[in-house]
Amino acid sequence: MTVNAARALAGATTCFVGIGLPSTAANLARRTHNTDLILIYESGTIGSKPTRLPLSIGDGELADTADAVVSVPEIFNYWLQAGRIDVGFLGAAQVDAHGNINTTLVDRGPGRPSGRLPGAGGAPEIAANCGRVLMVLRHTTRNFVPRLDFVTTVGHGSGPGDRARLGLRGAGPTAVITDLGILTPDPATAELTLTHLHPGVTVERVRAATGWDLEVARTLTTTEPPTTAELDALRALRAAGKDDQR
Amino acid sequence: MADIRTLHDAVAELVHDGDTVAMEGFTHLIPFAAAHEIIRQGITDLTLVRMTPDVIYDQLIGMGLVKKLVFSWGGNPGVGSLHRFRDAVENGWPRPLELDEHSHAGMANRYVAGASRLPFAVLRGYRGSDLATRTDTVASVTCPFTGEELAAVAALNPDVTVIHAQRADHEGNVQLWGLTGVQKEAALAASRVLVTVEEIVDRLDARPGAVVLPGWTIDAVARVPGGAHPSYASGYSVRDNDFYQAWDPISRDRDAFAAWMREHVLDRTAPAPDGGEPHGTPGEAEGALSQ
Repeated sequence: MTVNAARALAGATTCFVGIGLPSTAANLARRTHNTDLILIYESGTIGSKPTRLPLSIGDGELADTADAVVSVPEIFNYWLQAGRIDVGFLGAAQVDAHGNINTTLVDRGPGRPSGRLPGAGGAPEIAANCGRVLMVLRHTTRNFVPRLDFVTTVGHGSGPGDRARLGLRGAGPTAVITDLGILTPDPATAELTLTHLHPGVTVERVRAATGWDLEVARTLTTTEPPTTAELDALRALRAAGKDDQR
Repeated sequence: MADIRTLHDAVAELVHDGDTVAMEGFTHLIPFAAAHEIIRQGITDLTLVRMTPDVIYDQLIGMGLVKKLVFSWGGNPGVGSLHRFRDAVENGWPRPLELDEHSHAGMANRYVAGASRLPFAVLRGYRGSDLATRTDTVASVTCPFTGEELAAVAALNPDVTVIHAQRADHEGNVQLWGLTGVQKEAALAASRVLVTVEEIVDRLDARPGAVVLPGWTIDAVARVPGGAHPSYASGYSVRDNDFYQAWDPISRDRDAFAAWMREHVLDRTAPAPDGGEPHGTPGEAEGALSQ
């Protein structure tokens, strides 16, 4: 999943990076095929070159290795809102068939209070203002749901043309990379469709892990297994700095 | 010119029951010691404001001192949920918590409007998100020049902003650097400002990229070395990641939380500016937590 997420950054110049899996993938891309990738974090760091995986969005390593450190209002207004960033890379708690995201709250059924999630953070405007959006998350029916309990962040809204109607810049989500495969929006319906399977994964398994009736592309591609170089780079990244993080 | 005060006196003077209080810091320079002093003084019915409420807001909420939270992302960074925050929202324990919820871009611009003494700020935000439907501090405005519809967010003007910084001089001019987050805007938006600092120096040496808040924009400065622990102060300390990990199990359980707060916050006195009671040094917290 992480290797495929990193590969999805091929050709990207600038990436607004969410913490967790997106950050791991973006840093792996910078260590393998896209060494010039400019990493931008919402804490205000531009061009971070961390020597280890950052533990949070405000890790001092991101500031210490950056080309520039700017204020939070500046990063959102001058850099993100102005449309200077190619790719927004996000995680999510819930995703629907149109790539919309919920990170705010989940309905736990009648008589029970809603379950509280962390909230929006930077995601609504990252998804609205970047040239395109990548998502990476684990593939379960808890995460891939037929209907969001709350729309925190718009992907493709309710279908083609919705982004334009809302005045959102960019192509929106172009790929959702999971531990089972890759979903990409069908150009005609803007609905996430299974286009890639990881080696050894079946269509049935992906459909069983998806909360809606998942469309499957006519031609399914099997992703290339991680190369030794990619795995070595990932292991090195994960191992780096384990001691000095204590 | 800002007064140089002890932490106890500065908090007692500047923070009152019912105030709207912003304690900012984007992972870096979070004013933990000042917040602990607010907890010790039992200052209550607070409306807390912060883009990224984390462990210290979890503690204030869990102690029942907070009636409302204005925020954009609430979590334990790199670890997971804030359990006291969730308990308050989901179960009303120890008291119900009202929320005013935004995106980061919205919150940042609310502070910018507040610091500019404008009634609102404009951004291309919230489009299609349900967030705007649940708050009366987001509205839409039409651009008078292009006709474009944009989001308007109401200015945030806290009664008090509390921040932690690296240094001040004897006149109370404050210098901070590294990830400066939204601290400058939060301070300039507030009616009253308290800054805790790592050290007070005779002269503030220029540092490229540093933010300087002149003493006349600040009410009080208190010297509190380590006052950001378990977060960090670039150039002085590193983040105590073990503490953030350890907070997860402590905060999951109401009794474990109460016991921890008693031992580590309530039963202590405010750190003295010169030596005196150490304020939760990394080693100390680690030892206490591993028991």
